[in-house]
Amino acid sequence: MTLVQCLLLASALFSVGVYGLITRRQAVAMLLSIELMVNAANLALVAFAKYAGAPTQPLVLFTLAITVAEVAVGLALVMLLYRRYDDTLLDAASETKG
Amino acid sequence: MSDAWFWLLAAGLCASAVSVVRSRDLVRAVLWLALGLLLTAGLYAYLDAPFLAGVQVLTYVGGVATLMVFGVMVTRRHTSASAEASNDSNAVGVLAALGVFALLATAILKTDLPESSAPTQTTAELGRALLDTYLLAFEAVSLLLLAAIVGAVVIARRRDVETRETRGSAALPSIRVGRTEAD
Repeated sequence: MTLVQCLLLASALFSVGVYGLITRRQAVAMLLSIELMVNAANLALVAFAKYAGAPTQPLVLFTLAITVAEVAVGLALVMLLYRRYDDTLLDAASETKG
Repeated sequence: MSDAWFWLLAAGLCASAVSVVRSRDLVRAVLWLALGLLLTAGLYAYLDAPFLAGVQVLTYVGGVATLMVFGVMVTRRHTSASAEASNDSNAVGVLAALGVFALLATAILKTDLPESSAPTQTTAELGRALLDTYLLAFEAVSLLLLAAIVGAVVIARRRDVETRETRGSAALPSIRVGRTEAD
């Protein structure tokens, strides 16, 4: 249980989030992938606090609050998208693509 | 003994993360995410951050996961799985994920990471730091949260967005700004 193992675990989780963000086309599923990535970053911060003695724990609280705000606004946008296009695939909202 | 706990949590975390991105049913994906966040809370407790573990369970598992389930349910009619993830985007996704992981792993392994056994902040020290060193950021975040919640309510409640029936022949559907008496 060293710092390196924790960081490798966090990067693996982050990569899974990247995969989900690229492959999924539903807005809610993409939000879930973003959650995974934020969670991985938080894990890395907590690992630094434990093994490197860095005072990073307050940062985790801030990212938590910001993520909650992001999810609230994101879900509101999903609802707007759904009401407008009757679907939650982001491809539906491609009319400004030019 | 404690090593075994770490590997158990890590394995569960990886499995639930993969399930989140692979499962076709959105409700299931949200539930897998809730499990993953719960396991992360366990990992926080393991890493001497009991307060963060509690906050993680309260806000993430209790708040965000519930919100996500509501979001899935309110937008009921989702396009079926067939419209999802064609094979080529799957390959691109795997490549990108492997690339990101390789980049991060080489960066981590090549860096001379500090190893210190300094004790982590206790909850009391954490609270003092939040209301002392980080007071301005703390207040800014609370303001941000308030603004985001109010904004989310405003966005989700607006009734004057044209629906697909009224869109019809119009060249570009537009969102009319402001209130209308018509609805």
